[in-house]
Amino acid sequence: MRLIYTERQKQFREEIRDWLAAHVPKAPLPSFDTEEGFEAHRRWEATLFEGRWSAVTWPKEYGGRGCDLIEWLIFEEEYWRAGAPLRVNQNGVFLLAPTLMEYGSDEQKARFLPRMASGQDIWAQGWSEPGAGSDMAAIRSRAVRDGDHYVINGQKTWSTRAVWADWLFGMFRTDPASSRHHGLTFILLPLDLPGITIRPIKQLNGLPGFAEIFFDDVRVPVENRLGDEGAGWNVAMATAGFERGLMLRSPARFQQTARKLVDLYLRHRESADADPGIRDAVMKSWMDAEAYTLATYRTASRLGKGAKIGAEASTNKIFWSELDLLMHETAMRILGPYGELMPEAPDGGPFGHEHAAWLDGFLFAQAGPIYAGTNEIQRNIIAERMLGLPR
Amino acid sequence: MDFTFEDQQLAFRDAIHKFLMVEAAPEMLREIWETTKSGRSAELRAKLADQGLTALSVPEEFGGINLGDLDWVLVQQELGYFAIPDSLTDAAYLAVYLLTHLPADINLKRDWLPRIAAGKARIAVGHPLNPFVADAANADLLLLWHDDEIHALKPGQITASFNPSIDLSRRLYKVDWTPSPATRICPAKQGRQLWKDLADRAALAAAAQLLGLAQRMLDLGVDHAAQRKQFGKPVGSFQAVKHHLADVAVKIEFAEPVIHRAAQAVAEDDPRRALYVSHAKLAAGEAARLAGRRSIQAHGAMGYTWEADLQMYMKRAWALDASWGDAKFHKARVAADILAGAAAIGPSTTFPNMNPESHHG
Repeated sequence: MRLIYTERQKQFREEIRDWLAAHVPKAPLPSFDTEEGFEAHRRWEATLFEGRWSAVTWPKEYGGRGCDLIEWLIFEEEYWRAGAPLRVNQNGVFLLAPTLMEYGSDEQKARFLPRMASGQDIWAQGWSEPGAGSDMAAIRSRAVRDGDHYVINGQKTWSTRAVWADWLFGMFRTDPASSRHHGLTFILLPLDLPGITIRPIKQLNGLPGFAEIFFDDVRVPVENRLGDEGAGWNVAMATAGFERGLMLRSPARFQQTARKLVDLYLRHRESADADPGIRDAVMKSWMDAEAYTLATYRTASRLGKGAKIGAEASTNKIFWSELDLLMHETAMRILGPYGELMPEAPDGGPFGHEHAAWLDGFLFAQAGPIYAGTNEIQRNIIAERMLGLPR
Repeated sequence: MDFTFEDQQLAFRDAIHKFLMVEAAPEMLREIWETTKSGRSAELRAKLADQGLTALSVPEEFGGINLGDLDWVLVQQELGYFAIPDSLTDAAYLAVYLLTHLPADINLKRDWLPRIAAGKARIAVGHPLNPFVADAANADLLLLWHDDEIHALKPGQITASFNPSIDLSRRLYKVDWTPSPATRICPAKQGRQLWKDLADRAALAAAAQLLGLAQRMLDLGVDHAAQRKQFGKPVGSFQAVKHHLADVAVKIEFAEPVIHRAAQAVAEDDPRRALYVSHAKLAAGEAARLAGRRSIQAHGAMGYTWEADLQMYMKRAWALDASWGDAKFHKARVAADILAGAAAIGPSTTFPNMNPESHHG
């Protein structure tokens, strides 16, 4: 055990810290769930790419720096510390890219990865369908082979950022006689193909953060298939699964929120202490954010030594989503009657305009225990695969 | 940056686990706890000594193997898992720490450290965080706090009155004694820091044991839920029961690295070790309390009986949760750091001070 950074890691931290200080936009960008904000975030991705910071763990040939997971953690710490913008291409960079690296042909990697790293292609994901949510193997959207094309019909839903995204990755049923997780195929497709209709869905905050996608005889070239036909389930669930889960929500994100919560509490301590539970929740927030960070460093160290991580990855999703709820609920308790105010409300009282970010985060925290596999599904996985309880 | 243990440390932990699985079976511990006054077995202590447990952090010059807090923390998790009573930790970890760091009182070290290493001395430690002294009546020597001084007392110099605990592994005594220049082995000036460092190690050990206890209670709950059938199925196949137990697994998963950071912080004299140890004690206590609650629920009525082994581990968890600083104490210490204003918190502050050059073993 050696809980100290190497000189190289310290230099890496300095380098990203200096770069961020010079490049992070001074004023926050508009929400990437608006058209204007989406494009502003796309430009930020391009800026990151120019500094070679948009995908630090990728190999250099695709625009990355070949960083290991410890360096990735350092990058994320500095990124969140600097208050840099959210990553509009996170589904591409953190979810699709590891799968592409593992299953993609050289041609596919060269075609998709650099454009993803530079923000030229922003990716949305197409997993859920009206009849396939937690039960993803119930996917019915079909891709029927016709020569060197697949012809896609069906519907996807809850597709994050699909309203303005350029490309979609998702799973389609290529074998009409198949059921459950057999006969599914992983396909990449541009969202401007003929036959695609995108219907925005308003989220809790009133913005179209996700969309329904309708496919009506959409023709996609066979070369856009990732992995073998019928192997989609395995591609999607591949060994990279854990790293993807790890990278989607870096601990620094929650440490930063916890830091802000402590700060909010300290500045409004007099009123906050009238509810004795608040102080406890503030301390718990800091402790759990630290615990999540420590657990991630441990996992990164183990993976760096060649270990494989199994079902215990499901504990992560539960832990960070509940932590995110705790922190934002606690902030709302401190804000009291100002918590409900929309960002444009002129009279934030003792909280000025800081209430807006907390409300935004509070709303988003409601989704945490639901997306990326509900926490109930995660608990089933833990009970069955980690604890060995019977199905 | 490497947040993993050495293979050697893990191998030692595994060996201790296998050994205790055989030598500290619940029915044997019950026999000792329920039928003897001391609650201790010289035979078991001798076997633990054979495994090297009593010599772990004793310096080599006194017959020990001179290992440190990181080695101990893994062992402590196993001691918790198998509900090994306080006496071993108090003598082999805590008393050894005090004796080893005493200013130059070589006689006392030479008298006692080799005997502890050989498993032939029990030493009780009295600290104001605990109103009672564990195993005081069965101790060959007592190291007691008095206004930050350290006093060493022989059994004949104290009166110990037994205060029964719901946890039968515990033997708690109120100790009456009179401090004198003859009993004083360390003045307050040096004693203050020694007692602080001792209390951090004691709380760390309790935290690691609580984590082991949480794992044991989870395992017992899983075993019961997998075997017990109702409605024609194992009760562990029902989602409500699965989710109860999965929650415990989550708590354990995220308490463990907190405890391991605390161990490293203690080993390296990190300036923030008090914060990290208190965090560890709170996280481990939370995991253990939840494990007890959820495991008794998974056991159903069996869990409320004396017969089911769960009670042994659950009661020990309840006791340890409040020993060497209860949640009130440790929360106050966390608050004193992170709510003091201008504390280093947030991204990049997780391992600020860990300095391998300052290692003291």
